[in-house]
Amino acid sequence: MIEKSLKSLKALIPLVVSALVLSGCNAALMDPSGPVGKEQKSLILSSFWIMQIVVIPVIIMTVVFAWRYRRNNRKATYSPNWAHSNKIEAVVWAVPAVIILFLGIITWQTSHSLDPHKPIGEEGEAMEIQAISLDWKWMFIYPEQGIATINELYFPVDRPVYFNVTSETVMNAFFIPRLGSQIYAMAGMDNDLYLEADQQGVYTGKSAHYSGKGFSQMSFETHVTDQQEFENWVNRVRQADRQLTYTGSYQDVAKPSVNDPVEYFHPVESGLYERVITSFQSGHGQPENGQQPTGAEAAE
Amino acid sequence: MTSQTMDHQNAHHADDHEHDHHQETIATKYLGFWIYLMSDCVLFGTLFATYVVLMNSTAGGPGGSEIFELGFVLIETFLLLFSSFTYGVAVLAMHRGNKSQVLLWLVITFLLGFGFVSMEIYEFAHLIHEGYGPDRSAFLSSFFTLVGTHGLHVSFGLLWMLVLIFQVARKGLTQANEPRIMCLSLFWHFLDVIWICVFTVVYLLGVLQ
Amino acid sequence: MLGKLSLSAIPYHEPIIMGAVGGMALAGLVVVAALTYFRKWTYIWKEWITSVDHKKIGIMYLIVALVMLLRGFADAIMMRTQQLIAYGGAEGYLPPHHYDQIFTAHGVIMIFFVAMGLVIGLMNIAVPLQIGARDVAFPFLNNVSFWMFAAGMVLVNLSLFVGEFAKTGWLAYAPLSGLKYSPGVGVDYWIWALQLSGVGTTLTGVNFFVTILKMRAPGMTMFRMPIFTWTALCTNVLIIAAFPILTVTIALVTLDRYIGTHFFTNDMGGNQMMYTNLIWAWGHPEVYILILPMFGIFSEVVATFSRKRLFGYNTMVWATVAITVLSFLVWLHHFFTMGAGANVNAFFGIATMIIAIPTGVKIFNWLFTMYRGSLQFNAAILWTIGFLITFTIGGMTGVMLAVPGANFVLHNTLFVIAHFHNVIIGGVVFGAMAGISYWFPKAFGFMLDEKWGKRSFWFWLIGFYLAFMPLYILSFMGATRRMQSYVDPSWHPLMVVAWVGAVCILAGIMCTVMQFYVSIRDRKKNRVLSGDPWDARTLEWLAHSPPAFYNFAKIPEVSSVDSLWDRKERGENIYEEPDHYEDIHMPRNTTAGPVLCLFALIMGFALVWHIWWMAIGGFVGVIVTFIVRSFNEDIDYYVPAAEVERIEKEYRQQAEMQA
Repeated sequence: MIEKSLKSLKALIPLVVSALVLSGCNAALMDPSGPVGKEQKSLILSSFWIMQIVVIPVIIMTVVFAWRYRRNNRKATYSPNWAHSNKIEAVVWAVPAVIILFLGIITWQTSHSLDPHKPIGEEGEAMEIQAISLDWKWMFIYPEQGIATINELYFPVDRPVYFNVTSETVMNAFFIPRLGSQIYAMAGMDNDLYLEADQQGVYTGKSAHYSGKGFSQMSFETHVTDQQEFENWVNRVRQADRQLTYTGSYQDVAKPSVNDPVEYFHPVESGLYERVITSFQSGHGQPENGQQPTGAEAAE
Repeated sequence: MTSQTMDHQNAHHADDHEHDHHQETIATKYLGFWIYLMSDCVLFGTLFATYVVLMNSTAGGPGGSEIFELGFVLIETFLLLFSSFTYGVAVLAMHRGNKSQVLLWLVITFLLGFGFVSMEIYEFAHLIHEGYGPDRSAFLSSFFTLVGTHGLHVSFGLLWMLVLIFQVARKGLTQANEPRIMCLSLFWHFLDVIWICVFTVVYLLGVLQ
Repeated sequence: MLGKLSLSAIPYHEPIIMGAVGGMALAGLVVVAALTYFRKWTYIWKEWITSVDHKKIGIMYLIVALVMLLRGFADAIMMRTQQLIAYGGAEGYLPPHHYDQIFTAHGVIMIFFVAMGLVIGLMNIAVPLQIGARDVAFPFLNNVSFWMFAAGMVLVNLSLFVGEFAKTGWLAYAPLSGLKYSPGVGVDYWIWALQLSGVGTTLTGVNFFVTILKMRAPGMTMFRMPIFTWTALCTNVLIIAAFPILTVTIALVTLDRYIGTHFFTNDMGGNQMMYTNLIWAWGHPEVYILILPMFGIFSEVVATFSRKRLFGYNTMVWATVAITVLSFLVWLHHFFTMGAGANVNAFFGIATMIIAIPTGVKIFNWLFTMYRGSLQFNAAILWTIGFLITFTIGGMTGVMLAVPGANFVLHNTLFVIAHFHNVIIGGVVFGAMAGISYWFPKAFGFMLDEKWGKRSFWFWLIGFYLAFMPLYILSFMGATRRMQSYVDPSWHPLMVVAWVGAVCILAGIMCTVMQFYVSIRDRKKNRVLSGDPWDARTLEWLAHSPPAFYNFAKIPEVSSVDSLWDRKERGENIYEEPDHYEDIHMPRNTTAGPVLCLFALIMGFALVWHIWWMAIGGFVGVIVTFIVRSFNEDIDYYVPAAEVERIEKEYRQQAEMQA
């Protein structure tokens, strides 16, 4: 029985290897297309390699000790009452502690440098896009351009993008793996995230946080283009000639649906995004509640 | 094996043996009850935390200062504080072995506690009637839940007290009943402490705001 | 009259569910028929259902946990199969409403009814024996704990064929679990199943904490306690401190759903972030509740089978205590992507990593216990070696997740799934298997078959790596968790590998089933009458196998950590007959326990379906049963010395006959 299964395992090895090789070509996180993703890639790899300092010795020691001190090995020393050594204790506390100290410093630095709320580029340089998660699709509003889309994102290469993220429904997470960080989208709250792409291309974006029935289909295409193509696209959207207002078409679009096609809207009611957020704060009698908590404030 | 032995209902064993064992069991029981109270403490701590988080989420509804009647709550508070005192007197009577005194003070404690719960129910009914029920806003949800959970605890304490009064009346201050009186005493004082926190955090802070 | 319950609640149009229901009904019927045929009902009632004996309660926990492992694993392989076929536009065979229930049920069952069952079951079997006690501090409550756990388990399984289960993920994040987005009864089943079993767990926590503090044998100071007892103590502290948070959190969801409060709703001031904080304030200690006792088991196993003292006992204890404390300071690492500030994220990230230090120290201590030992390669030690390697890798990926900057891309992806299976299978499952192999002869009096045990180990080990290593890679390809289907066909080869891994694990589980079958079949041949088949170190091996219901005829005295081993080293006859026997004080069985929990189950079911009269009936039943029980003063008795002597003689005769 065991031999048989070993054989089938052997047959599996080529499959595993080819899978690994194949995956190397399109591993999104290992082939980032923006500064955030790149920093994260090197962070993942460096934390991985630092920990090998302790992981590899542990694995080797486990195998070697287990084999060497097997009961029928007469050559190995056996000292049944040896159970304490200050030297070993010092080493086993020190090694993990030093590694964690080192990782801790990296953690502190990268928590700040990769903080999703931290602006990229000069002030005013970033392009603003507002993302609203709906059941089960994404709405993107371009306040400067006065346009909005469903399930399609366009922005120019090499220009920071400032995403404001909220939800009309349950919690979701806005995530474009090739570009880096994700952030939660929560109703009544304005979360934000800076990203930038330094390579043109089409990247899949999705909701990373489970949100119910249509979750698996809740993805969109992100087109990173040159400035000219972006402007062409904006013009194309403007021709849509479908108005987006909070009380009108927004309510229709917000109804639950799965696998929605790309849709364009123009013009867009100004302040629509803010209105979506405040809609969850019924009654505005409270002065101290007039301001929306951002994710940052509220989570702290 | 077990069932065979179970059938042997033996009564012959040394009395001191029995006594030692009993003392130990009681000490274990107290520790267990203390630990239970600690877990209850975490439970209330969590409710206090939610209350503090949601305190200002009034969603256009009333805040604490608009609906709390401090005078009313103060009377409630004194009822409960005084009931703690009367329970203490009952315990003292128990140590003297005076059964009728124990019963008397337990009944008084019960009445005071009953008064407290009745006042709380009245307060809740009043608020709901005014349209300020727990579904009005997150603040009111957390208010009703925190105060109501304490009220439920007191109500359970009252039920327990009722059973205990009956047990003491029937069997007297037995080895089984004395630890029960002590455990309920711990419970009752514990609820008093919690109420003082409720009074401070919910009502006083609420009115001051 | 019946609230929301009607015939349409039974999903008779779903062939897969009805098939499962049919299978379960058939299995249940076979058990009932067998019990009736062999006239075992009285035996079951007297010796098991009403039993307050910690060993029997422990065995019942293990049985429930292992049966639930089959159910949870069925969910797992269904998910793997779905992801095997549902790609590139294919829908697979599980539509979202079914798939979503399955991954929720898988998580809930595996954590609450398998892992918790294994942990509490093994604690029940071993802790009182290890500390030289005759039972736990509150035997009646122990019975209630078990039946509350069982009641929760029944509710989860009931949801399969009456209504539906939650489609929210195992932690039922708000606001998805609110009435607006989950109007069905699924979340209500989740609520009441967890609330009932949670009450049981909290009682267990109090019970074992007091047991360990108050009922140790004379001479057993805190620093002479076996390491498993230490880890059990810390786990119970965590239970006492963490489970009330879960109770409150679920109660608040309940209020939101039943009376329209606004704790976690989107509007009216509700705060979903508070839900996430609260559930993880319980959830993170929970993972240590599961893993700490397993650390204890590995410590016992590695010392026993290396025939050597545990390296660095004091360090082990302090590392355990450090982990216990730290486990309350790290909950935010489950949601770095919520958008807290950089300082907050960094604080929780670093606090999380600090846990890696005592954990790493423990790993080294186990290694140095093997060093210069004399290692016997049986199933228990194989599980331990598998654990050391697998858990180290899982710990490493855990630290990677704890770096907020990296977490921003790894969170919500299959990396998280791979990581926690890495530590839960590598830690909790392997630990429980090691513990079962180790203590089985103690609990039952015969050995488990080694051959099938080793087969099971190899299948689990290989299956684990095949099933979960691909998920790490998939996460780098951008695969998120909880996908009912996916588009990218390049993910498919790795999904195939993961599926093969799941099949391997299935083979491992089957080997365990075979192991039990073979061992029970050959139980006469494998009988161990000496209490100490492993030549072990701690007090439980001083008792008979299986132990007499009173555990020890004479309470042993303790003078060191490895007290039994040291006595054997000194050449003492540990089984020396005492010069006289004494009466033994024991608790009586309880009818109130199971009855009370039956009422609680009825109440839970009624609340799920809004059958108010039945809910009130169930509630009143619980209270009345409790009050009635408080009037029963005949709850304990003395086993006369003569009876003890007779039982002890019997054991001795059997042992001699075997010798």
